[in-house]
Amino acid sequence: MPSLIRSIDALSAALSENSYIADRSLATAIFLALKLQRPLFLEGEAGVGKTEVAKVLSRLLDRPLIRLQCYEGLDVSTAVYEWNYTRQMLQIRLMEAAGTARDHNAVQELFSDEFLLRRPLLQAIDSRNGTPPVLLIDELDRADEEFEAFLLEVLSDFQITVPEIGTIRADEPPVVIVTSNRTREVHDALKRRCLYHWIDYPSFEKEYGIVLAKVPGAPEQLAWQVVAFVQELRASELYKLPGVAETLDWINALVALDQEELHEEVVNETLGVLLKYRDDIQKVQGESVRQIIDRLRKEYQSER
Amino acid sequence: MTAPLPTIQYPISPSGHILPNIVHFGRLLRALGIPVTPAQMLDFVAALEIVDLRRREDVQESARAIFVSRHEHLALFDQAFALFWRARPTSQMPRIDLGNLLKKRPNAQEQYRLISRSAAESQPGSEDDEPFVDKLFTATDREVLRHKDFAQMSEYELAQVKEFMQEIPWQPPLRRSHRRRPNGRGDQLDLRRTFRHNLRYGGEALHLARRQRTTKRRRLVVICDISGSMDRYARVLLQFLYGLSHSLDQVEAFVFSTRLTRITRPLQRRSIDEAVEQAAKTVHDWAGGTRIGEAIRAFNYDWGRRVLGQGAVVLVISDGWDRGDPDQLDGEMARLHRSCHRLIWLNPLLGSPTYQPLTRGIQAALPHVDDFLPVHNLVSLEQLAQILAGKAGREHRLPQI
Repeated sequence: MPSLIRSIDALSAALSENSYIADRSLATAIFLALKLQRPLFLEGEAGVGKTEVAKVLSRLLDRPLIRLQCYEGLDVSTAVYEWNYTRQMLQIRLMEAAGTARDHNAVQELFSDEFLLRRPLLQAIDSRNGTPPVLLIDELDRADEEFEAFLLEVLSDFQITVPEIGTIRADEPPVVIVTSNRTREVHDALKRRCLYHWIDYPSFEKEYGIVLAKVPGAPEQLAWQVVAFVQELRASELYKLPGVAETLDWINALVALDQEELHEEVVNETLGVLLKYRDDIQKVQGESVRQIIDRLRKEYQSER
Repeated sequence: MTAPLPTIQYPISPSGHILPNIVHFGRLLRALGIPVTPAQMLDFVAALEIVDLRRREDVQESARAIFVSRHEHLALFDQAFALFWRARPTSQMPRIDLGNLLKKRPNAQEQYRLISRSAAESQPGSEDDEPFVDKLFTATDREVLRHKDFAQMSEYELAQVKEFMQEIPWQPPLRRSHRRRPNGRGDQLDLRRTFRHNLRYGGEALHLARRQRTTKRRRLVVICDISGSMDRYARVLLQFLYGLSHSLDQVEAFVFSTRLTRITRPLQRRSIDEAVEQAAKTVHDWAGGTRIGEAIRAFNYDWGRRVLGQGAVVLVISDGWDRGDPDQLDGEMARLHRSCHRLIWLNPLLGSPTYQPLTRGIQAALPHVDDFLPVHNLVSLEQLAQILAGKAGREHRLPQI
């Protein structure tokens, strides 16, 4: 473990150096996950930076990132391992040609390491890769209960059994980040194996910090207004609130359009970057956009 | 009481009729609906040889361990045991050939009503006065109850219905899952198994292993109105929700009058009364006014994304007396309809032949509803079970306005 992970403060600083602004509680959760070598279960609305945690940790710890995107029906052959059938067939032909096909260990040879295709979970616990990687199990809520049950086994012992080869065990467990958008409740048994953290929408200060860190080229006034505008939207009654990812998309869009500050027409035209439901856009467009912008302009001036 | 009364003897009575009595006891249990096999009877005889017959509790516990395999049978068993193996002075011993009576199986339950009554009468004021008979509702009574409106039931009848309600088999519709299982006639080649299998033929693909997508039951989400106008149905409906969530894995339950409360967790309590009581405690606005649109909105915003995944079936139970904004209800029902597999509105008033769905609430909601069904008696619940399982025809259920 690199020396920078000696304290929560050090971790916090290292995260923000890598342009990830984490509040104290998230930094604590990550710190504990690293120290106790336990998986970290991150839950929160879409676009609050759950996946980003894994990416930034991989950069920070200088370890490879292995990502497993979950979906219903995810099975062993896509998540753990698969045999390379084409090569095995070829090998049989070769052995036949060489007359060794009837040898006692021909089958053993066919199911050796050489013909094994490693999928993300196996890669992550196979210690021959050198440093243990950062394993990102993304959107676990999309997988089904069968996969969850399997994952439970892997996460408790960090070992996987391939019947033809034997048990593969991680010398040092990988850093595991599990994320969920909560489109269904993940089973308690799995959550119990992990440290749990709920990532909320960021405060104004935090989001402003994120925008400055991620979009350094943005004009200051625009950045301030964009963040204030999004914060305003989150306080209103919308079916789907915009996440930090949407804020960043929006400010990038406005920068691309050479905007220095928010103008009503441009906001109305680009609202689709921020809001993804027609009802929500209709609710905000026009009158309330104008009101919010007027208010923000005054606030910004009094702030200066 | 002119009916012949049973000969019941205590196991260690000097006359030593213990074996016949065990057989009678087994028959009694069977007549009460506790399935007893001959093997269990033999086990019990064997057990009596090794437990101390003078210790009544030991005998009872042994019998319980051997004969009862379902939790809901325990109470019934204890009552039956207490009644059957009762020590009485021979002078007061009621005489009856129990075996002959029981040969008339269809009437067996009726006979036990008599037995229990005579037992209670023979020992006035004893603690055995418990309503053992409750469990022995006859077929005709049951038929009448099935068709009786919940709102017109007495406390006693509601207690009966509670039991019957738990027996309805619930099977929500199936959906195709993306998971695959080995299946000889599947639509996809299972390479791993094909390869393994054909190794014995030297790698020639002689046998093709296949796999097929599996099916899963859809999740059921129930949103139930417990406002003032639904008061007479609320308790029965909670019992219905309990039955649902205990016979199916994936049930989410919500109730509302002015606001929405999730009661999925409280309903998971073991005992029905505890569950219903706990659920009722969770709710703070019992029998308040109704704002259906507001409740559906709260569901859509706070819960829709969390519980409607992968095509759920949604049941909304309400009489449609709405004091909220019909436009809001219209919009929110439309949204709910778009985000679930099937939206079913259950209305207790629909049981009355003269009912017309004319209230503003119903008018706003109906265009977005797939099925509009009654929920006023046991028969309507049984029909609902059939429709969910896809066993009933369409003619029952299209909303008619």
